[in-house]
Amino acid sequence: MALASIRPELDPSGTVGAHLERCGVDRRDFLGFCAKLMVAAPAGLAIAEKLTPEAVAAEVAKAQRLPVVWLHFQDCTGCSETLLRTSKPDLADLLFHLISLDYHETLMAASGHDAEAALHTSMKKNAGKYIAVVEGSIPQKGSGQAGYMKIAGHPAHDILEDVAANAAAVVAIGSCATWGGIPSSPPNPTQAVGVNHFVKDKPVINLPGCPPNPYVLLGVVLQYARTGTLPQLDEKGRPKFAYDRVIHDHCPRRAHFDAGRFADDFGDEGHRQGWCLYKLGCKGPDTHAPCSTMHFNEVIGAWPIGIGAPCFGCTEEHLAFRVPMFDKIPIHDVTPPDTYPPVTSAKGEVDPIATGLVGVGVGAIAGAGFVAARRFTNREAELDIDPSESLTSKEKDGRGDQS
Amino acid sequence: MTMDRRQALKTLGQACAGTATAAATVGTSGTAEAASGGPYPDASPGAVGMLFDTTRCIGCKACVVACSEANDLVPDTVLANGLWQMPMDLNARTANIIKLYKEEDEDAVGGEYSYVKRQCMHCVDPACVASCPFKALTKDPENGIVMWEASQCIGCRYCEVACPFEVPKFEWEDFNPRIVKCQLCSHRLPEGLEPACCEVCPTDAVIFGAREDLLKDAKSRIAAKPEVYYEQKVYGEREGGGTQVLYLSHVPFTAIGLPDLPDESIAWYGTWVHGIIYKWLLIPMIVYGVMAAIIRKRWHHHEEEAREQAKKTGLPQQI
Repeated sequence: MALASIRPELDPSGTVGAHLERCGVDRRDFLGFCAKLMVAAPAGLAIAEKLTPEAVAAEVAKAQRLPVVWLHFQDCTGCSETLLRTSKPDLADLLFHLISLDYHETLMAASGHDAEAALHTSMKKNAGKYIAVVEGSIPQKGSGQAGYMKIAGHPAHDILEDVAANAAAVVAIGSCATWGGIPSSPPNPTQAVGVNHFVKDKPVINLPGCPPNPYVLLGVVLQYARTGTLPQLDEKGRPKFAYDRVIHDHCPRRAHFDAGRFADDFGDEGHRQGWCLYKLGCKGPDTHAPCSTMHFNEVIGAWPIGIGAPCFGCTEEHLAFRVPMFDKIPIHDVTPPDTYPPVTSAKGEVDPIATGLVGVGVGAIAGAGFVAARRFTNREAELDIDPSESLTSKEKDGRGDQS
Repeated sequence: MTMDRRQALKTLGQACAGTATAAATVGTSGTAEAASGGPYPDASPGAVGMLFDTTRCIGCKACVVACSEANDLVPDTVLANGLWQMPMDLNARTANIIKLYKEEDEDAVGGEYSYVKRQCMHCVDPACVASCPFKALTKDPENGIVMWEASQCIGCRYCEVACPFEVPKFEWEDFNPRIVKCQLCSHRLPEGLEPACCEVCPTDAVIFGAREDLLKDAKSRIAAKPEVYYEQKVYGEREGGGTQVLYLSHVPFTAIGLPDLPDESIAWYGTWVHGIIYKWLLIPMIVYGVMAAIIRKRWHHHEEEAREQAKKTGLPQQI
């Protein structure tokens, strides 16, 4: 903690040795630490082959903070803004002790040619070692002089391809970098696409969200800085530790959903009572994101559903900026509600009196029919109408009509 | 197992022959025991089943979800507009359901209530099997699970009518309908798994096991707390000839939808009634005789009329 409390000047060399020297750790302590490291280090680690603490110290002192290059394309800088609001570690700790943020258009002191120089120096020096973080979507349309987006005279996708070519891994932060985000919403005038469209040969970690929770980015970057590994990803390239469950499954309003208590309108009684927002268009049942368990700005309840706004599905390509914000969506993984069917299912019962009345009615009609038939036959017998005669009379009538 | 036309005809022929033989047997012996396991059948030694205890069920419906997952049934959301899996009763998409019994008097505070899980009871002598004309429903001779075989079913739905527990359900909405009912997860048992509902039950309100063991367990529960259990009785030990799914309840069994059945086997009773009707084929013969006499009489009358008509008109008789 003593180390973290010190705020040294940004050192371009950025090695651990230089950093420790600045922080006042003397060489004796450092060698003692390295001796312990030799005992504890698992076989196979590069330092395990060194025989003296001095050799280990030389190796460790050369180690560098993880270089990170942060690119901005068609974005709103909201993802950077969300990173500024972290405290564990806070931004200063992150930048000065944990990573070396070599290029970031809004956070770096340099500008113009100096900024470009910083980018190219870092790319050359840390080739194959740095992490490229991409914020914003990349326009495909107009790559020439009339390009939609250029930095230092280079179109966006050229910059991305250059930077990604030497990167260890590419992190696409935000929905824009993941699949296009707002700029890609119909009619998509710039033909904006995500990082995946251009980077095929490098591991791409997608962190969709508008913005995503900054701790997901910190988790990914710090895991790589410490262990050199990348987290497990789902089929859409999102880290499973954050994106494997839907918001609905951990929503604080879930009990209201199960009990059938819904807000029907903004500001109505249900909305004031904090009931479920599904009917107002909440996309939580189909949105994979850690929002319901990890709120924003480190304020409990600071996330859309927490303040009474329905989730709009910012992490999902098929929902955000595609499905209208207040439209209901179908639920795929349905579960039983908080209500129960009665033991005896509702079935129509026939009243005996009704049965009797219907019987009497049917009987009366049948009887009337029978009587009518009898009368008709009797009348026929009385008149002594012969079927053949009646036929001939009819034929006569027919002729009469014709004439 | 699939069935072609030849086999179907063969089965039909056998069934006809069987009916004739049964009629003859019934005629000679005067009982229906040949067709069924008698009025008080014994469960097979390897009979498996479930024991449900209303005092333990908390109504979480984990079993309802697990059942539809394990049996590839599309959750029934018809009544809930797609919001919830909300069947009102066992149906073609629901082989297992949790229902709620509440005391009728709505003013009663803290009135008596009970959750109840309903599924196939796997009767010792099932009425559905007895009523099925094509052996689409069969009872496993070893573990006693009542199974439905698609290729044998002709869709007559006799099983639906015969079942005293209203369990088998016909898939009305499907072009190629099935009979859907609990088959005790018989596809999971060979893998060493329990039925899905028993596996997920958080309170062991429903447990799986050999029928004998379950019966012992149930009786020991009653012995431990006789005041809790209704009539100190295990439903299914003898009801309707006995079932392999047993119930313990703290409310009357009829309140949780289990019918008050006599101890005689339902299937046996049905065959017994048929035995009376078809004894020496006497009643059918009388009925057919009376019908034949009436037709014969009417026929004479009709012939006379026709003859008279022919005389009057000179036209040939028209019968």
